[in-house]
Amino acid sequence: MTDLYRKEKQHKKEQLQELVADLTSPMNHTNSNFKLWIGFLLVLIAVAGVFYVRQIMQGLGTTDMRDIASWGLYISNFVFLIAVSLVGSLITAILKLSNQQWATPLTRIAEIIAVAALFSALAIIVVDMGRPDRLWHIFVYGRLQSPIVWDILVVNTYLVISLLLLYLPMIPDIALLRKNMGHKPKWQQKMYKTLSLGWQGTEDQFKILNLSMTILMVLIIPVALSIHTVTSWLFASTLRPGWDSTIFGPYFVAGAFMVGAAAVIVTMYIIRVNYKFKEYITDFHFDTMGKLLVLTSLVYLYFNLNEFMVPAYKMKSGESAHILGLLVGDYALMFWLVQILGMILPILLMVFKPFRKPLPLLIISVFIVIGAFFKRYLIVTPTLLHPFLPVQNYPASYHHYSPTASESMIVIGSIAGIALVISLFIKLFPIIPIWETAHEKGFDNEILNNS
Amino acid sequence: MEDQDYSPKSRRRFLQKFGSLGLGSLAVSSGLIESCTNTTKDLASGKKITLLNSKNELVEVDSAYISNLNKDLAPNHNSESRKGLPGKKFVLVVDLAKCKNARKCMDKCQAVHQLRPDQHHLNVLVMKDSEHTAPYYMPKHCQHCDNPPCVKVCPVDATFKRSDGIVLIDNERCIGCRFCIAACPYSARSFNWYEPKDAEKYKDVAYDIEKNVPQKKGTVTKCTFSADCLREGKLPYCVSACPNGVYYFGNELEDAVTNGTSGETVSLSGLLAQNSGYRLMEDLGTAPSVYYLPPNDRAQIPEIENTNS
Repeated sequence: MTDLYRKEKQHKKEQLQELVADLTSPMNHTNSNFKLWIGFLLVLIAVAGVFYVRQIMQGLGTTDMRDIASWGLYISNFVFLIAVSLVGSLITAILKLSNQQWATPLTRIAEIIAVAALFSALAIIVVDMGRPDRLWHIFVYGRLQSPIVWDILVVNTYLVISLLLLYLPMIPDIALLRKNMGHKPKWQQKMYKTLSLGWQGTEDQFKILNLSMTILMVLIIPVALSIHTVTSWLFASTLRPGWDSTIFGPYFVAGAFMVGAAAVIVTMYIIRVNYKFKEYITDFHFDTMGKLLVLTSLVYLYFNLNEFMVPAYKMKSGESAHILGLLVGDYALMFWLVQILGMILPILLMVFKPFRKPLPLLIISVFIVIGAFFKRYLIVTPTLLHPFLPVQNYPASYHHYSPTASESMIVIGSIAGIALVISLFIKLFPIIPIWETAHEKGFDNEILNNS
Repeated sequence: MEDQDYSPKSRRRFLQKFGSLGLGSLAVSSGLIESCTNTTKDLASGKKITLLNSKNELVEVDSAYISNLNKDLAPNHNSESRKGLPGKKFVLVVDLAKCKNARKCMDKCQAVHQLRPDQHHLNVLVMKDSEHTAPYYMPKHCQHCDNPPCVKVCPVDATFKRSDGIVLIDNERCIGCRFCIAACPYSARSFNWYEPKDAEKYKDVAYDIEKNVPQKKGTVTKCTFSADCLREGKLPYCVSACPNGVYYFGNELEDAVTNGTSGETVSLSGLLAQNSGYRLMEDLGTAPSVYYLPPNDRAQIPEIENTNS
C-alpha cells in the first residue's frame, strides 16, 4: 500500500517536473534567431532614439504637425496603446471573475501586453510634448479640471494595478524558479530570490494571495474603463466636429476590447508556434478567443454605426466637412479599408468555425490590430484638418498631414519597445503560469512546494 | 499715443489733451470716476476737463478732482500680469464693412510678437457665407472668450483668464501639450514648432507675459489683446495700425469703445445695436469678447479665386 502510494507520488512528481520543464523551456533555450530578433528591435529603438534627440534639438517641427493639425501620429499611437493595454483587465479580471477557467494560460500574456503597452504609451506622450523638460510642471502646477490630469492619474493607477496583477500570481512561480534555475547567471538567481519574497506556498500565503488577487481584479475593472473613457474625453471635451460626441467613452472602450483581444491572439500564436506550446495554448483557446473577438467586434460595430451614420444623416454644418472627408473625401480610402478589412470582414469570417483555427484567426487578428491603429489615426487627424474657420494664410502643406520619417520611426520604435519587453519577459519568467496550470491539472500544493 | 515716457505726469497731460478734445477714452476713466464723485474736497483749481462718464455723458470736471493713476502703473511683474487691470473688461469690435484687407494689423502683430510669417495671433480671412453670396474679409483674433475652452483644458494653468477678460499664456509655464490648440474652435493659437524667429536677437530680453515675448520653442503662443499696451493706456498694436477704421477697442464696463484709426469714442452698446453686431459661433457658448459688425460693403470686394491659400 505504502509502496503504491509512494510510486504514485513519484509518478506525479515526475509529471510535474515535466510540466515545469515544459513551461520553463523558453527560458532555457535561446537560439540565434532570438538574438537576431532582439538585435533588430534594439536597432529600431536606437533609430527612434536618434530621431527623438534630433526632435529635442530642433523642435517638434521635425514632425509634420503644424498649427492646424497640431496632434498627429504620436497622439493616435498613444490612444492605440492605451486601447491595447485594456486587454489586461479583460482577460485577467473580467474572464477570471466570471470563472472562465480556460483563460488561465492567457492571463500572463495579456497582462504583460498591458504593462508593456502602458509604458510605451507613457513614453510616447512625453515624446509629443513640446517641453518634456517641464514634465514636472504637471505635478507642481497640475489643475484638476484638465482631462490631461485625469488621464495621468488613471493611467498611472492602472499601471500600478496591472503591475501587481502581473507580479502577484507570479510569486509562486518565481519561488519555483528559485529552485529550478540553478544553472542561470548569479544576478538572475538573485532576482528570483528577491522577487519570490520568501514564498513557501503555505495555506495562509495562498489565502492572502487569492484575496489580494480578487481585490485587485475587482479594482482594475473601473480603473480600466476609466483610462480609456478619460482618454476619449481628451477629444470629446472639445467642441470640434468629429470629437464633440457623447458616445466617445463607450465607443473607445468597445474598440479597445476588440484590438486588445486581437493583440492577445497574435501574441499567443507567436508564443505557441515559437515555443511549441500546442499542448497548453490549444485550438480550443483560439476558438474561444475568436468567439470573444466576434463579440467585442460586434459591440464596436454598433458604436461605429452610431458614430458615423447619425451625423452623416444630418449633415450638420461644421460636422459635414469632416464626415464627408471620411466617407468620400481625402480619408475615404483609409476609412473604408479600416472599416471593412479591420472590422466588418473579420466579423463575417470569424462567425464560421474554420476561421477560428489558429492560423486564419492569426491573419484576421493582424488585420484587426493594423486596422485599429489606423482607426485611431482617423479619429485624431481629420478632425483637426477641418476646423470651423477656413485654413488660410498658411503654407499649402498646412492643409494636409502626413507623418514624417522621424515621427514614423519614433512610433515604430515605441512598438518595438513593447515587443522587446515581451520578448525579454518570456526569457526571464514563465509566460504561462506554472502553478495555476498545475493546480488545474490536479497537482496539490504539497507536491508543488516540494518540487 | 506713442508716448514712451510713462510717468503719471505725462499721463495727466495726455488725459487733458484727450479730454479737452471732448473725446474721452477707454484709457481714461476707471481711476477718474471715483475721484469725480468725491465732492467733499474743495480744491477747485478752476481748470476744467471734459470726461466721458459711465452713463455715456460728457461731463466737465475740475482738474483738481482727478487723482493720478499710480495704481494702474504697477511694475509689470508677471505675477501682476496674471491678475488683469482693475475695473476693465476689454472688448474688440471689428467692423467688417470697412476691412479692405490692408493687413497692416497682421504685419504689426507679427513684428511686435516675434512671429514667423506662418504664425498668426491675428489672421485676416476671406469668408464666404454661402455659394452665392459675395466674399468679405474677416480679421480673426483670439476671441478672449468668457467661457474659454482652451483655459479649461490646460493641465498646468499656463493659459489663464484675467479679471479684465484677457486670455493670456505663460510660455515659461507651458509644457507644449497643445491641448489648447485642439480645444480652440477659432483656431486662434499658434505653436513654436521650431526655434522662434530672431531668437538670437531676443535672447537677453526679459520675458513679458503680456506681450508673450520672447517666444520660446515648444510652447504655444496667442493674441494677448496687446495687454502690454493696455497697461500703458494705449490701444492694441493691431487696432492702432489699421488705416481703414476697422477696429474699435474699449472697456465693456464703461460701454465705450474707441476707433483705432479716427480716435473717435462711441458707445459700445449703441454701436452694436445700430449695426447688428454679432459674435462668432455664438451657439458654442464660448461667449467671446470680440464683436463683429456685418460686412455690409462686401459687394466691393473682388471675387477671390482661391480662398484656400
